[in-house]
Amino acid sequence: MIRGEHLYKVFGPQARKAVDLFEQGWTRDEVKEQTGALGAVIDADIDVAEGELFVVMGLSGSGKSTLVRMINRLHDPTSGTVEIDGVNVTELDGKELRDLRAGKVSMVFQRFALFPHMTILDNAAWGLETQQVDKDERYEKARKALSTVGLDGWEANYASELSGGMQQRVGLARALATEADILLMDEPFSALDPLIKRDMQSLLIELQSELRKSIIFITHDLNEAMRLGDRIAVMKDGRIEQTGEPDEILSNPATEYVAEFVRDVDRSRVLTAANAVQEPLATLSPDTQPRAAMVQMRDHEAPELFVTESDRTLVGAVRDDDVAEAAKRGDRTIRDVLHHDYGQTGEDTPLGHTLLDAARYTLPLAVVDEQGRLVGVIPRVTLLSALANRDVLAEDGDPDANGSGPPDAAELAAQAANDGQPVASDGQAHSRGETTTGETPAEEGAHHG
Amino acid sequence: MADEAFSLPRIPIGDGVDAAVSFLRTELSGFFNAVQTVFGASVEAMEWVLMLPPPLVFAAIAGLIGWRLRSWQFGAFAFVAFSVVDSMNLWDETISTLSLILIATVLAVIISLPVGVLAARNDTVSTLVRPLLDFMQTLPVLVYLIPAVLLLGIGTPGGLAATLIFALPPGVRLTELGIRTVDKEVVEAAEAFGSSRNRTLMRVQMPLALPAIMQGINQIIMLALSMVVVAGFIGAGGLGNEVVRSISRVEVGTGFEAGLAVVILAIFLDRLTSVVGQPERNKSKQDA
Repeated sequence: MIRGEHLYKVFGPQARKAVDLFEQGWTRDEVKEQTGALGAVIDADIDVAEGELFVVMGLSGSGKSTLVRMINRLHDPTSGTVEIDGVNVTELDGKELRDLRAGKVSMVFQRFALFPHMTILDNAAWGLETQQVDKDERYEKARKALSTVGLDGWEANYASELSGGMQQRVGLARALATEADILLMDEPFSALDPLIKRDMQSLLIELQSELRKSIIFITHDLNEAMRLGDRIAVMKDGRIEQTGEPDEILSNPATEYVAEFVRDVDRSRVLTAANAVQEPLATLSPDTQPRAAMVQMRDHEAPELFVTESDRTLVGAVRDDDVAEAAKRGDRTIRDVLHHDYGQTGEDTPLGHTLLDAARYTLPLAVVDEQGRLVGVIPRVTLLSALANRDVLAEDGDPDANGSGPPDAAELAAQAANDGQPVASDGQAHSRGETTTGETPAEEGAHHG
Repeated sequence: MADEAFSLPRIPIGDGVDAAVSFLRTELSGFFNAVQTVFGASVEAMEWVLMLPPPLVFAAIAGLIGWRLRSWQFGAFAFVAFSVVDSMNLWDETISTLSLILIATVLAVIISLPVGVLAARNDTVSTLVRPLLDFMQTLPVLVYLIPAVLLLGIGTPGGLAATLIFALPPGVRLTELGIRTVDKEVVEAAEAFGSSRNRTLMRVQMPLALPAIMQGINQIIMLALSMVVVAGFIGAGGLGNEVVRSISRVEVGTGFEAGLAVVILAIFLDRLTSVVGQPERNKSKQDA
């Protein structure tokens, strides 16, 4: 949908020469010393799919705002190309470019950039006014856009009469009113109070789930990037350091800088259950005979096991005492001794939301899909490791652990790694509770929780 | 001789100006004749219009305008002040001066707005225009009064030209400043939605620069007024003539009366134009 290739933006003298030097591998400082030119964006490639919310993240001066302005050519690239739907934007003439900006690509600004001398309605209708849409139609569309962002009844007011959050809603309405497919958002929420910021993020998520625009969202706030982004590009000193999905950036930082950057991120919000889930090596069928169940549980030193139907629908769990009791009574199956004392969560739930359940029950968290089928489990130790950025994520069920963690962790892991399938016979504790730093995973997890 | 060795050769700047002026007089006399006619006629036409109502009716209209645009106190002041002017037997002279100022202001705005816009959009124009404006404002007035007389003749047209040259610069400067100081992000936002340069100018930059532009117009009027007396030296008519004549005859009283009429015009025009520059919303806020 949007594709930028080898984009350079150099400000100052000898811009072309500076690009040549960058291509020869000079650093930004070297080029600045040699030519006096500042490389704002250096050899950036971006590729944004239709309906994707693509976040460009970096600190101030990293070139992220310049990069996004090259998409609609508020800045002309010094070198490189931008393509939107196969059209080379870099070659458009004045009229074509204006049409693109009015119809295809709209923009939301950090400091709102509303027109102070116009009413809210005229502000929202601006993109249509530039297209010379007639008054009735543009006001109708503007009203609709204002209503979408929750600003009914404010049409006749002026921007100065609105709070910051409301002003940015107008900014958003102005961008939505043109029905552009592409939204460029330049730090749209950075100037807002934290609470308002969260509201606006939620509004954007909600809108995006309906509208499916292609959005390029600039931010310096990593938590915001992680919350909103389908994919994230991290920029530093004009270069894109890494592009990837949020959890990829978190768990596999490509460079030292990215690693440094993500160190303080609130993982409990970014990582979801799906990031930490492990294959349950054992489950029981509700039709298992109590004695067979006891054997399996003893084999795996698992005092409790999940019970699923043959289509993996989770029906409950059993405790070893109860199973023994049932065997004594002569029950034919373990159906009567099922219990539901365990936490259950969806794949998309942020890990932070699962902490309470993880703490409350002895069984690992059960992760189920929308049909109630067991996808996997999250042992408590895995959960804490994920939040503390141990590489447990990358292993993804690779049972190479040796139970060197704290006793509690080993015990939990043993419960998790049980074996219901007749063939599977790996009964090892399925976790790694490394505690190489002074801080235990539990402590670190508590910070984030 | 050492003295001669170190002294620079005389650069004949003055000769050049002489030559230029006489060249303009001979080669472009048609153009200057036309300008002379247009200047004279437009001031006369304005004078004719302003002379239509009798003085008291004029004073009442001025009072009404002052009341509507500012306050009833200002309206009352305007009515009394113009009545005083009439009672001093300076009505015709005052109207003649007012006409000259209004025409000078209109011409100055017509010239300075586009130049200011160009200077705001283009740095080269800006750097070229700035020293020219400095020149126009600081060159002693009498120095270009003479060429004005040579080219446009004694009387109103010459006076109008001199007034124009002197009063023009703040119009250009404040227009440029006003447009340049419009929030960059707002202009960028206008363009980001596909606005053409002209639309951005007319719908965003000019409205937001309006307070500065109106301040420029206010300055134009004030400077034009201050030129009135000087223009009197070359017979531009009106209160200037009155002042010059009373000074030459050492009639302190008449001189003061003429001066007072100038002050009354100045206060009236200044207060009126300074209020027009404020956007509607701010005004309503001040009231609240």
